[in-house]
Amino acid sequence: MRLALSRLRRDVVLGVKNLLLHKLRSFLTMLGLVFGVGSVIAMLAIGEGASRDALERIRRLGSHNIMLESKKPPDDQGSQKRSSFLTIYGLLYSDADRIAATIPSVDSVVPVKALVKQGKFHDRSLDLRVVCTTDDWFRLVDREVLAGRVMNSRDMKEFASVAVLTEWGARRLLANEHAVGETLTIDRNTYQVVGIVRSESGGSEASDTPDGQTDVYIPLASARQRYGDLFFRRTQGSVIREKVELHEIIAHVRRESDVAATARAIERLLETSHKKRDYAINVPLQLLRQAEATKRTFSIVLGAIAGISLLVGGIGIMNIMLASVTERTREIGIRRAIGARRFQIVVQFLIEALALSVIGGMIGMALGISIPFMVTFFAGMPTVVTPMSLVLSFGISVGVGIGFGIYPAMRASKLDPIIALRYE
Amino acid sequence: MSSAEYAIEVENLQKVYDMGAEKVHALKGVTARFRKGEFWAVMGSSGSGKSTMLQILGCLDRPTSGTYRLDGREVSRLGDDDLSDVRLKYIGFVFQSFNLIPQLTVAENIALPLYYQGVDDRESRRRVEKFAQYVGLANRLSHRPNQLSGGQQQRVAIARALATDPVVILADEPTGNLDTAMSIEIMNLFTELNKQGKTIVMVTHEDDIAAYAGHRLVMRDGLIKEMR
Repeated sequence: MRLALSRLRRDVVLGVKNLLLHKLRSFLTMLGLVFGVGSVIAMLAIGEGASRDALERIRRLGSHNIMLESKKPPDDQGSQKRSSFLTIYGLLYSDADRIAATIPSVDSVVPVKALVKQGKFHDRSLDLRVVCTTDDWFRLVDREVLAGRVMNSRDMKEFASVAVLTEWGARRLLANEHAVGETLTIDRNTYQVVGIVRSESGGSEASDTPDGQTDVYIPLASARQRYGDLFFRRTQGSVIREKVELHEIIAHVRRESDVAATARAIERLLETSHKKRDYAINVPLQLLRQAEATKRTFSIVLGAIAGISLLVGGIGIMNIMLASVTERTREIGIRRAIGARRFQIVVQFLIEALALSVIGGMIGMALGISIPFMVTFFAGMPTVVTPMSLVLSFGISVGVGIGFGIYPAMRASKLDPIIALRYE
Repeated sequence: MSSAEYAIEVENLQKVYDMGAEKVHALKGVTARFRKGEFWAVMGSSGSGKSTMLQILGCLDRPTSGTYRLDGREVSRLGDDDLSDVRLKYIGFVFQSFNLIPQLTVAENIALPLYYQGVDDRESRRRVEKFAQYVGLANRLSHRPNQLSGGQQQRVAIARALATDPVVILADEPTGNLDTAMSIEIMNLFTELNKQGKTIVMVTHEDDIAAYAGHRLVMRDGLIKEMR
């Protein structure tokens, strides 16, 4: 065993020495594989980064959720006349109830009324998105509770005046964990702060997630009592009056496999009561599937490109090894005459091809690790170099070395020693 | 080494090269025996079959028919791997053009057959030093072949041939690429080796070189013309 190891070490040293006899040639041969392996790792890192980014966004939306959102329908003749008319659109309280009652695959429905109102805490004030909802919200939009508690079913039944702040909103209002139990004033109504939850939406892409940065959560029943369904908006000197019962409905589907069918069922259900399409349906799982399909296509294309560059690298190695075998015909003849078996000649040349590809592969790995860094640094794209991609690319370079080295090595071993010895 | 009396015994050795349209009979039935410890010169003009003879004796090629016993062992029907092993263990080659590997040092060249035999590093180093000393190149071990004169290169080749302590040394025109002074040097080395009991078979076409050998075999047209 020790003898075998020391021989292998000598074989490798000899192989590397032979490669060093032609430094430029060996280096140029390696380049093909360097770029091949480098591009495999870099492309995988960029692809992985992009898909993790997409998956993370979708995860925040919840893969079991179906999101319905009120949308003002495109202006028709009726509402075009005067801005003082009342526009009625959007999701209804009854929609939420009907979805819960008639679609069995849905295990909970969360109605949401979202208002923008000024909140006051001590002497600080901030425009808050007041999310009027039920206790189920916190089950569907699962966020870490940083202090206190979230709303419960008793708050709902008792029309309690309780509010749950988000971390970000709380910080803006200078409220910390000690704020639990204190009073928050929203539009002249007072609420007792019962808890603070983490906010996961990043600033500009707030539309991505059901929760926003400056959310405050209050019981829907209490809000309905206090604020009603009529809204006034002042725009360009005129007043727009709108009646919207619910701004969002989130339906949670028990099994992921039922999500698509449930979404279709909800649409059919809503079509019966909504003449105009005054809502939008959004299925995060479908986005997830699309993202996965895109990723797959992306991976195949990138893989093919990287594969071609590896192939080119491999052909370069084969070419140079064939040249080397021809050049060293006499050496092969000498070794065979002295008593080397064919197999030992194969091993010798295979080790040289492997040394080329492994060294090239390692330089390629270094390149492949540094390119994603630069992409992230200069282009701001997220990249993830997975250990798997390093193992894979190293394996590929070894495979290329063997695959493209075996033919020249076999050719070397099949030379007739008598003819090889006479070769000039 | 076995107790066989003869290093080499060939009987009715024939070699036919199939050159497509015609067949060339290089050996037409050669029978000869070389006792252990003898120094033979194989002579003959080009085309006499002496090169073919040497290739077969060196186990680089197989006869078309006939038998070849090397140190008492029949080797004329062995496969490629077995022939390689026979060359490795029983035969030491010395060629006209030295045939050293240029990228290896003198020490590495001498150690090459030991490497293929799987001799461990320490023993290998010991033998390299011993035989380098013997051929007078102990101070040139880390040189490359191209830094040496022709005579020195041929001495490295002889040390390499001796390293495995073979049954027979086969020399193919060993002085063909050397000037007279160097040729004498090399032939003296062979003579001394033979005195110490080495069996040597040398192919040459020069009479004065053949004169160093104790026995002479002359070939013509694939047959033995003279043997003494």
